[in-house]
Amino acid sequence: MNTDDLVLENVTKRFGSVTAVDDLSVTVPQGSFFALLGASGCGKTTTLRMVAGLEELTEGTIRLGDKDITELRPYRRPVNTVFQSYALFPHLNIEDNVAFGLRQRGVRNTATKVAEMLELVQLPGFAKRKPAQLSGGQQQRIALARALVNEPQVLLLDEPLGALDLKLRRQMQIELKRIQTEVGITFLHVTHDQEEAMWMADTVAVMNDGRIEQLGAPTEIYEFPASPFVSNFLGQSNLFAAEVSGTNGADLLLTSHGERFAAPSARAHSTDGRVWLGVRPEKVRLALPGEDTPATHNQVHGVLTDTCYAGVSTEYLLRTPWGQEMSVFSANAAAGEPLSPGTEVVAHWYPPHSFVLDRRLGEGDEIAQYSADPLGVAP
Amino acid sequence: MTAIVGAAAGPGPTAAAEPPPPGLRRRRWVPYLLLLPGGLWLLLFFVVPTVQLAGTSLYDRSGSLELGYTQTFAVGNYIDAITAYWPHLVRSALYSGIATIICVVLGYPLAYAIALKAGRWRNLMLVCVIAPFFTTFLVRTLAWKSILSDSGPVVGFFRAIPFVPDDFRLLATPAAVVCGLVYNFLPFMVLPLYASLERLDGRLLEAAGDLYARPATAFRRVTLPLSMPGLIAGTLLTFIPAAGDYINAELLGTPNEYMIGNVIDSAFLVRLDYPQAAALSFLLMATILVMVFSYVRAAGTDEVV
Amino acid sequence: MRFWRWVANHWVLVVGLLVLAYLFLPIVVVFLLSINKPANRLSYDLSPQWTFEYWLHPFGAAGIGDALRVSVGIALVATIVATVLGTLMAFALARHRFRGRGATNVLIFLPMATPEVVMGSSLLALFVTLRVPLGFWTVVVAHILFCLSFVVVTVKARLATLDPRLQEAAMDLYANEWQTFRKVTLPLVLPGVAAAAMLSLSLSFDDFIITNFNSGTTVTFPMYVWGAAQRGIPRQVNVIGTAVFLLAFVLVVVVQLRGRRKARFV
Repeated sequence: MNTDDLVLENVTKRFGSVTAVDDLSVTVPQGSFFALLGASGCGKTTTLRMVAGLEELTEGTIRLGDKDITELRPYRRPVNTVFQSYALFPHLNIEDNVAFGLRQRGVRNTATKVAEMLELVQLPGFAKRKPAQLSGGQQQRIALARALVNEPQVLLLDEPLGALDLKLRRQMQIELKRIQTEVGITFLHVTHDQEEAMWMADTVAVMNDGRIEQLGAPTEIYEFPASPFVSNFLGQSNLFAAEVSGTNGADLLLTSHGERFAAPSARAHSTDGRVWLGVRPEKVRLALPGEDTPATHNQVHGVLTDTCYAGVSTEYLLRTPWGQEMSVFSANAAAGEPLSPGTEVVAHWYPPHSFVLDRRLGEGDEIAQYSADPLGVAP
Repeated sequence: MTAIVGAAAGPGPTAAAEPPPPGLRRRRWVPYLLLLPGGLWLLLFFVVPTVQLAGTSLYDRSGSLELGYTQTFAVGNYIDAITAYWPHLVRSALYSGIATIICVVLGYPLAYAIALKAGRWRNLMLVCVIAPFFTTFLVRTLAWKSILSDSGPVVGFFRAIPFVPDDFRLLATPAAVVCGLVYNFLPFMVLPLYASLERLDGRLLEAAGDLYARPATAFRRVTLPLSMPGLIAGTLLTFIPAAGDYINAELLGTPNEYMIGNVIDSAFLVRLDYPQAAALSFLLMATILVMVFSYVRAAGTDEVV
Repeated sequence: MRFWRWVANHWVLVVGLLVLAYLFLPIVVVFLLSINKPANRLSYDLSPQWTFEYWLHPFGAAGIGDALRVSVGIALVATIVATVLGTLMAFALARHRFRGRGATNVLIFLPMATPEVVMGSSLLALFVTLRVPLGFWTVVVAHILFCLSFVVVTVKARLATLDPRLQEAAMDLYANEWQTFRKVTLPLVLPGVAAAAMLSLSLSFDDFIITNFNSGTTVTFPMYVWGAAQRGIPRQVNVIGTAVFLLAFVLVVVVQLRGRRKARFV
């Protein structure tokens, strides 16, 4: 039996001299919730539109199962889109909006299907209203209903939750996940919100500059990022410029700014030469000088420069001997005062929590800025 | 309503020419097909006659319709026309210029009031600006004849003022002609201005106030520059037709107030001196184009369409 | 004292309203003239005698009914043709990228910038050269010409406000290009087309200069008024003027109110 995976092969899109999507190849498994994650301008929306048929490809092919849909017009593809601005037809009521696609395909009795779909998105009885009478969240659900009612093979979502406030967004994220599990259709979801992507998706593809930098399950790409960009786009990372100085069994030995560190070779994308030694802030513990710390742990001495107490956790910033700012998240598991700025501390972590990335020439200041920026501004 | 406003706002800089969104494949010949009927019409009935008019203006004036005209490239026709009728050209430019300025003075507050102060009554006020259009042009202008007549209340009011002579009159004076011009073209000034002002974000004025600007300063440095496109469009849409108008001059003035339009009309329809009439027409066009382009250049925008 | 405070704060509104009153003044006078019996045929003043006789016999003056009929006929034909041609052009300009776009925009702008005297006279010259008899149809041709530009600009403005995503959504939902146009684009652009048609109607009905040049012996309503200006305007002219005004005013207000009851389109 052929699975109806969505396959993009060498897909490229150029607008004049600008390359928006650069030789992208990816397989979206049937029935999965797949997220395309990236900052504005990375090419994720363009990719989505090419799948929908709303943009022509410059190069490459798109296949659905064994059917090549590259040249097909949007109205011939078994694919539907939920637009970022909802794009509900203002001159039609809700029922006519939702039934639009069905009627185009010649389906006669649309009333029952429409009613079912309105139930699914929890807006029963809204059939006769007009889009302008609905709130943003309600419009978004109608847009979803309008697309889903056609039972497409792939449902495309273009940042559908962008315009909603936080609470509603959370609610809709749960809803969408529930609906996708219930209905079993492939969802291709485009977003710039990394939390949203990790929450909802089975697989996340992180895009940057028209290419996919890393693809995998949320835990996979979070715990073991493949590049400095991914390490700081998803959550935050501390990155130390280092050199590989040798091996010790299954571990890599690294030197950074005169200090020695270890990390498992299995957690390294590059095993010699110039590298980045990375560790997530929540994996780091703080100890006062003189306190016992496990001998195998990597250690960095430093002075606290800032403390942000947030109730659930505290974020500490400390300055390393070589002038880099390092960030540490500490869950407030025990009651007690947070440490104050000016305190000398030892930051330490369990070596397998590190990750090692390749460090390319010239990747200096730009990356150093990531570590120094506690807000984790995406590049 | 905005659609009508958009129309009266005309081709002004507010109607930017944006290309359509990229992506959807279009058959290359579709736009040309759509343009064909209308474009042909414009070509046939606008471009061709204008070119022909240019040719006519260079005919030998001694010909006539029955005997035929000989094309002599008589540039002298233009010289003759200017020497004979330069007062009318000047008068046209002068009257329409003054009328345009008065339209700005009267029209800007009205447009401002509708755009920023009218609230719920905005659409009604807009309708009221356009409504007088619905009575035909001539009927409206004739009404002014009644309003400004010698035995009417307006003249009566002026004569009552102490040092005004007793035979003071408004009709058959340049004032009446300008008044008619102002009245008939005021909506053409108000609507583009309104379209421009309507887009003004009220918060900009609030920000100006927050930064210590008094209302007059805020107007001068925020509102006025931002309403420039509308002001330019309005001025053009007022000045151009006013310069060529002659109805107001004929109904409300005497031959002493006749504008170039009157001359062209009589040259074409009464004296049948086609070469001269054509030359005068082009002189009028040239005057307008020169004034328009220098104005547009001075106002600092290169978008006329 | 409080009154003057209010005026100081709202002086712009006050000036605006005054200007609006100024705009309506002649209309009021037109109405007054229509119910007033003039002292003599050539008088433009309001006499002390008031009467409704002109409203009761609006077509009493010789030729006025014919002139009106001609004007309405021309306006209808010209509007239909100009609206169709202009809408097509507007779609081409608003939705397509093609070479010669800038030139087309200029071509459409030029008739609006040309004085009526010049347009009318050049058309006359054309007709004379081609030996086309002047009359109803030459006037129609002329009217279509100047209405065209206004229709294009109006419809283009309306098209510009249309969300292009709506077309994409329709195509995404299995409507091909023609179906998308018919079910989504057309209904949404219709208010703009209607506004353009109304504008066209009033421009055509109102036109004098171009009509005068190209009508030969045919008489339209504005031409009738012009001719009558020398011989003494029959007050029925003012009746027609007021009636047309009221009709159009009511029409526009009704459309406005209907538009407000539906979701905001205009």
